[in-house]
Amino acid sequence: MSNKNILEIRNLTVSFGGIEAVKGISMDIPAGEIVTLIGANGAGKSTILRTIAGIVKPQEAEITFEGEPINGLSPDKIVSKGITLVPEGRRIFGNLTVLENLKIGAYLRKDNIEADIEHVYSLFPRLKERSWQMAGTLSGGEQQMLAVGRALMGKPKLIMMDEPSLGLAPLVVKDIFDIIKTVHKEGITVLLNEQNANMALKVADRAYVIETGNIIMSGTGAEIAADDSIKEAYLGKAKH
Amino acid sequence: MSAILQNCLNGLSIGSIYALIAIGYTMVYGILRLINFAHGDIFMMAGYFMIICMTDCLIPWYISIVLVIAATVLLGVLTEKIAYKPLREAPRMSIMISAIGVSYLLQNLATYLFSALPKAYPSIDFLNKTIKIGNISTSLVTFITPILTVLIVVFLVFLINKTKVGMAMRAVSRDFETSQLMGIKINNVISITFVIGCALAAIGSILYFTPRPSVTPLSGSLPGLKCFVAAVFGGIGSIPGALVGGFLIGVSETFIKAGAYSEFSDAVTFVILIIVLLFKPTGLFGEKTTEKV
Repeated sequence: MSNKNILEIRNLTVSFGGIEAVKGISMDIPAGEIVTLIGANGAGKSTILRTIAGIVKPQEAEITFEGEPINGLSPDKIVSKGITLVPEGRRIFGNLTVLENLKIGAYLRKDNIEADIEHVYSLFPRLKERSWQMAGTLSGGEQQMLAVGRALMGKPKLIMMDEPSLGLAPLVVKDIFDIIKTVHKEGITVLLNEQNANMALKVADRAYVIETGNIIMSGTGAEIAADDSIKEAYLGKAKH
Repeated sequence: MSAILQNCLNGLSIGSIYALIAIGYTMVYGILRLINFAHGDIFMMAGYFMIICMTDCLIPWYISIVLVIAATVLLGVLTEKIAYKPLREAPRMSIMISAIGVSYLLQNLATYLFSALPKAYPSIDFLNKTIKIGNISTSLVTFITPILTVLIVVFLVFLINKTKVGMAMRAVSRDFETSQLMGIKINNVISITFVIGCALAAIGSILYFTPRPSVTPLSGSLPGLKCFVAAVFGGIGSIPGALVGGFLIGVSETFIKAGAYSEFSDAVTFVILIIVLLFKPTGLFGEKTTEKV
């Protein structure tokens, strides 16, 4: 089992100013799957992703990526191991062109990136049309494409997405989930943090439900979607 | 006529030096959103480094210049590591107060080490040579200063817009955290910014003090303030803006000094600052602060 998991988290505890935001959770991310975290605002989902990326320092944790411990490493070391976070709110560099945003995604790579730029353009033709535009002028959906394209430029093995559909129009949200499926087809493991539980559970192979820093339930996407209490709390469907 | 040309050349020359120092303010502000109040004093320390090299150690000028640039860069980077880096997560006001503290520390350190009396600045004969262009006679240093400055600015604009490290600098200036997620080591980028800023302050210091007799511990404070005005005038964060701001302040100051009101030349600089802040707070080339989020 353990050699099938690309990422294993044991006993992850994160506190901010004495308050525990994540309370000793453990989870497994199997290689090649889409795993989603669902839960309300402030449940600690973003903190989990940010801790894996090395931006937040955990109080206690054992995080192993491909069998190697990565907790305590700096963000650049973690990126170089093949983990990328697409941050909440997209956070593209508005003062850089679209092309530069893609190039900076490959910042740590020393090899030739031309083929990968073309590959990202083939996934998102809209970006190619706008490659010389300042990224700040793109629409929200295009910015999300750019944020994902930028992450792909680092050739990650695990891509984490924090609230990719937040603040986007419903039609664009559908595009975003198509993007997630596209990324998955590239053979990349996806760890998704998404408030839109309906959509997230449809694409996910596995889901963890997080409430106030604890995992309260886990299972396959279909299992979680079928659970009555989840339906009521997150999917907006009343019990029958 | 020739007097006007003479003043223009002198104004452009001192303006270029202001521009070199203003670039240090503007680049550090661009990355850290910090007005580095110690920058003028780093410039002053570079003056003393030159005295140590040439007067005390009798090192030839061409080696001294290299040593002075290296020592100034080291001082600037150390300042950043000791006084600014630990405050990275602190409110912006704290780091600014720390910068003011470093400014006073350097002034008092210079007073302690070199005394408050003016120390004679070594003369670099090669730079003080008098040259004649038409009717204008001037020293070589006055003539090459603007040329050197424009070349440096062109090089910097190229570095920032066309190279990988420049791209990283622009990314870090926009968003620390996302830059880290790209694998950029932000502390390295910040150090590079201080290296460039301090190297320019050292070059500016050599060009500034060469035609002047001496250095005192307060030599950096007024030029430092004026260069800050130049940076704000051009639009803080913009390198071409710093160049234009430096030129404008240098030329206006020189013409006022040449006229009957020389004692008001510094006052005029600050009147310019007030007018700019009233009518165009972002400066001539300043970035607009409105962004689509």
